[in-house]
Amino acid sequence: MQEFSPIGSEPLSGAVVARHARVDARRWRVCCEDFATRGGRLVALWGSDSGGSYEMHAALADADDLVVLTVPLAGTAYPNISDLFPAAIRMQRAAQDLLGLVADGAADTRKWLRHAAWPADTFPLRKSTVATESQTIDNKEKNSQEPAAMDAYSFVQVSGDGVHEIPVGPVHAGTIEPGHFRFSIVGERVLRLEERLGYKHKGIEKRFEQLSLMEGAKLAARVSGDSAAAFGWAYAMAVESAVDVTPPPRALWLRALLLERERIANHLGDLGFLGNDAGLAFGLSQFLILKEDVLRLNQALFGHRYLMDVIVPGGVARDFPDDGVARVREECARLEETVRRLNQIYDEHAGLQDRFAECGRVTPELAAQLGLIGQAARASGLTCDVRVTHSCVPYRELEAKIASHKAGDVAARVAVRFAEIAESIRLLRLIVDRLPLGDIAVPLLSPPAGKFGIGWVEGWRGDVFVALETGPDGRIVRLHPRDPSWHNWPLLEHAILGNIVPDFPLINKSFNLSYAGQDL
Amino acid sequence: MLTSFASFLSQLAQTLLVVLVAPLMLGWVSQCRAWLQNRSGPGLLQPYRVLFKLFDKDALMAHNASAIFRGAPYIQFGCMVLAASVVPIIETNLLFAPAADVIALVGVFALARVFSALAAMDAGTSFGSFGARREMLVASLSEPALLMVFFTPLLIVQSSSLNVIVDTLAHREFALYPSLAFAAVAFIMVLLAENARIPIDNPATHLELTMIHEALILEYSGRHLALIEWANAIKFTTYCTIGIALFMPWGIAQAGAWQMLPAAVAVLIVKLCAIGAGLALMETVSAKMRIFRAPEFLGMAYMLAALGMLTLLLLGA
Repeated sequence: MQEFSPIGSEPLSGAVVARHARVDARRWRVCCEDFATRGGRLVALWGSDSGGSYEMHAALADADDLVVLTVPLAGTAYPNISDLFPAAIRMQRAAQDLLGLVADGAADTRKWLRHAAWPADTFPLRKSTVATESQTIDNKEKNSQEPAAMDAYSFVQVSGDGVHEIPVGPVHAGTIEPGHFRFSIVGERVLRLEERLGYKHKGIEKRFEQLSLMEGAKLAARVSGDSAAAFGWAYAMAVESAVDVTPPPRALWLRALLLERERIANHLGDLGFLGNDAGLAFGLSQFLILKEDVLRLNQALFGHRYLMDVIVPGGVARDFPDDGVARVREECARLEETVRRLNQIYDEHAGLQDRFAECGRVTPELAAQLGLIGQAARASGLTCDVRVTHSCVPYRELEAKIASHKAGDVAARVAVRFAEIAESIRLLRLIVDRLPLGDIAVPLLSPPAGKFGIGWVEGWRGDVFVALETGPDGRIVRLHPRDPSWHNWPLLEHAILGNIVPDFPLINKSFNLSYAGQDL
Repeated sequence: MLTSFASFLSQLAQTLLVVLVAPLMLGWVSQCRAWLQNRSGPGLLQPYRVLFKLFDKDALMAHNASAIFRGAPYIQFGCMVLAASVVPIIETNLLFAPAADVIALVGVFALARVFSALAAMDAGTSFGSFGARREMLVASLSEPALLMVFFTPLLIVQSSSLNVIVDTLAHREFALYPSLAFAAVAFIMVLLAENARIPIDNPATHLELTMIHEALILEYSGRHLALIEWANAIKFTTYCTIGIALFMPWGIAQAGAWQMLPAAVAVLIVKLCAIGAGLALMETVSAKMRIFRAPEFLGMAYMLAALGMLTLLLLGA
């Protein structure tokens, strides 16, 4: 970084310690190489249209630094970095679909988000593309063509004696999100899995550009409904970073309370469904009872079961009720005891452990190489938790502990979830004990146009990153919410290798990635 | 003449009873499972509601579906009604009993399975073939185990007719057969595997990649699906009644013992409830196995059945 620091990198204001720099294409590539060789990781990669000329942005992080590199493009090409960061492959393909920006020399240039929902020569995120109904392909035209021709997508073919393909989805037998999985198998053994996502693309990034900073909070909380608090906080953080205000301490502590409650609720649900997918429906009903209790207390304390719209730029929208402390403490005590007993049942259940252990392994080496993040990364031995590595208020004071496991299999991801629930319960207690008094929000002034802001929050699935660029009159010019699923979906393709087909649902559930959050 | 009319009536009553009560039996097991999981459950009558719903819907078929696909549900239903008809449940004087002994019974189940597997592959979807393949893997192991289970009581009684087996075991001086205990455990394992229950299969799953039985019938809808579901309910209940007939036949009335019938019906209800609750308990405390553990599970069933027979041959008990 020494080489790059002197030339115009400016610190970004806001909760996250970060810097922003504008560099040329060559330098962009050099900095990325530098980060990659020093073991840094790619946090996000996105493009933007500043009225006819384009920019690419890469957020890179290492142990103590977060840097956003912006490269203004002369045309529509930028240097490929997917050879340095495998996680960039799909992000580059998405940038090509949405903005028509091409990574020079990228190996995989197939479309990613575009499912023939708009013409190939239209790029929705360009400013010249106005979001109207007419941008979608006429239904008549669509019906006149064969779906296969409309949506030609070349899956990688595996050939050999007895190899065959099973296409699964996007419509599944159960009520789950749509995604297509192409398995190449021999017998029951999986030789290769290829994912095809993007079925839930609904133009969220484009929609943000029609909103003001305050209106954007509502949409941000709905990017991925199970991570409303994480996205809400990351968005608020980005706005506060652009406007350069600091919310009052009470608001920040309450945000942490919300984030930990969201983590607990989602982990409880996941643990239940993991039991259910292994045929132990008893686990599902027990954990869903616990999750329901958490959600109901959310409703009682904050007026929303999934905590949407509680976090707003500048603070939080609702104060913590007076009886909240007692109710959270009471809930913590009950949860702790029940989860401990259920943990024991899961650990001692031979049939369950037989399904969990050695299933869907991601070795620490592979996880580091491909850039796994979040709770799945912690189950593969990586130290990867923004609450700890890049902590902000109040986590600096709370000193959250990183759950860690080395095995990288389904059992490890289950164990990490149990550990994180216990840790979050500890944090909840600390938060309600030490909750500062005072205001819960500060008023926001309209920032000048062209200000840049970022938010970075460790949600339950992994770190959520939001990048914001302001326009005139307090409006959004570009907003890029990056769900942790972007990084972890590719790992799922590796986790299943060598496993048998019937174990896929279990492995998939152990990652529990978002379709909506990454298809946007 | 009067006897044959009476036995005709008895046959009709027993068959109808099994066919009509079968969904209730499934409902009972689901309800017990729900209670054991702290859920309130859908109620005992849910399987009937599902059947009504399905019979009311149109049956959709793949364009390339052949006659096998259309005919398979009827064949399966017919097979299961026949199987239900030869197992004495309240009275041993069954008219149809000569139609199939226990060995032929295994064949009847196999016939139904062959057609369900053929029908699953008929539409040419990958899941159908997947299901058919897995079903055959399980079946190829459970059938020999089931035959071995039947051989033990068959050797004790020296007859392969269920009528005779029940008559003999239920109405003679009480004697404990260790060999039957082995066979009974093996039979429970086969019952779980053959009826797509946990730990071999999960009847409640919606995960298409793990399904065995559900994958076979993914393409079915409307009345066809209703018939298949109903046939499965009958199969499950028939397995339970076979278990009762072989291992706890006490209370089943002898031919012509009309005065015993009310008691026999009451005993049957108690036994079925107990079996349903027991199975629900077993399913609740176990997880589903990896599919490749199924051979071990069924191999164990076969071993136990073989042990039972050895015990009988060596010890005569």
